[in-house]
Amino acid sequence: MSDFKGRTLSWQIVNGAIEVALHRDPCNEIGSLMLDELEKFAAALPGLGNEVHALIVHSTLKAGFSAGADLRELFQRAQQMEKGAALRGVRKFLERIHSVMNALDAAPLTTIAAVHGVTFGGGFELALVCDIIIADRMARFCFPELRLGLIPGFGGIPRLKRDLGNAVVRDLLLTGRSFNVMKAQQIGLVSQIAAEGEALRVARATASQVGKFDRRTAAAAKAFVKPIPYEELKREIDIFCDLYSRPAVEEGLRKFVEDEGVQPYLP
Amino acid sequence: MSAPTIDHTLDEILNLAALHFKVPREKLAPDDDFFKTLGIDSLQALDLLTRLEHHFRIELPDYELQGVSDFRTLANRIQARL
Repeated sequence: MSDFKGRTLSWQIVNGAIEVALHRDPCNEIGSLMLDELEKFAAALPGLGNEVHALIVHSTLKAGFSAGADLRELFQRAQQMEKGAALRGVRKFLERIHSVMNALDAAPLTTIAAVHGVTFGGGFELALVCDIIIADRMARFCFPELRLGLIPGFGGIPRLKRDLGNAVVRDLLLTGRSFNVMKAQQIGLVSQIAAEGEALRVARATASQVGKFDRRTAAAAKAFVKPIPYEELKREIDIFCDLYSRPAVEEGLRKFVEDEGVQPYLP
Repeated sequence: MSAPTIDHTLDEILNLAALHFKVPREKLAPDDDFFKTLGIDSLQALDLLTRLEHHFRIELPDYELQGVSDFRTLANRIQARL
């Protein structure tokens, strides 16, 4: 399926690169519908292999790349189930999203996240599976999960540890603070900074550059330098589910969803 | 080079906010609640924080904004990083 138009994302091939555009209002929250469509994409990806040399993931929404997991859906679904069933549902969701993330992480072509604005939580984790992150100057990154009594659950911790120094990982996780693109480049997370609104253009230029090289060689080089921490990723799911079962988390989610005074993007 | 004065910092914040959110500069006062005066939500407040960080070339953790809603206090937070 070389192109697809879904409700939360679409993809097409542009100049030898697959471009996946996220477009679920208000800020690409990753819930069950987006997971379904991400799975569709992951299933289609091997079939696209011979036609393309790069993958670009970006967002067409003004607010940003992605605000992360759909916490409203998570809370509302849990309210409709007994506790054990809700926890099993959460584990199943995490296993599915991990499967998608792992497929993207291991894809035998160069993957580029072109990000802007809010790149939080699961959205940050989606960017982290890519080989290269290009961010416009208004991009802002965050792992806010500790604010809700959780840890990142879509593979963020093992991937952040893979890419950054442990002190930086501790700072970001334990403070739950957001940080801008200058900091992101300084710590080695972001490869290139684009002007506001120009991340996709810069990503396309980068995709064009990587397209000059032998694809098999590039795939071999990538597999060599980018190990996927499968055991740690499984452990992350276990820790997340263990934390999720606590009453404080339900209360944190309830407040996030129901409190009119909440400021979701600020701590 | 010495850091600018707090009054200068406050003035720059008000100018930047007025320009970006298209509010007449004369309608902004130091002790105004910037959420109400600018008509912004937390997403736009984050946007403002990013612009201020770039403008002043500082890193200002967002938790420093907890409980902050007026321009003067925001200026004090920024001044402490200059």
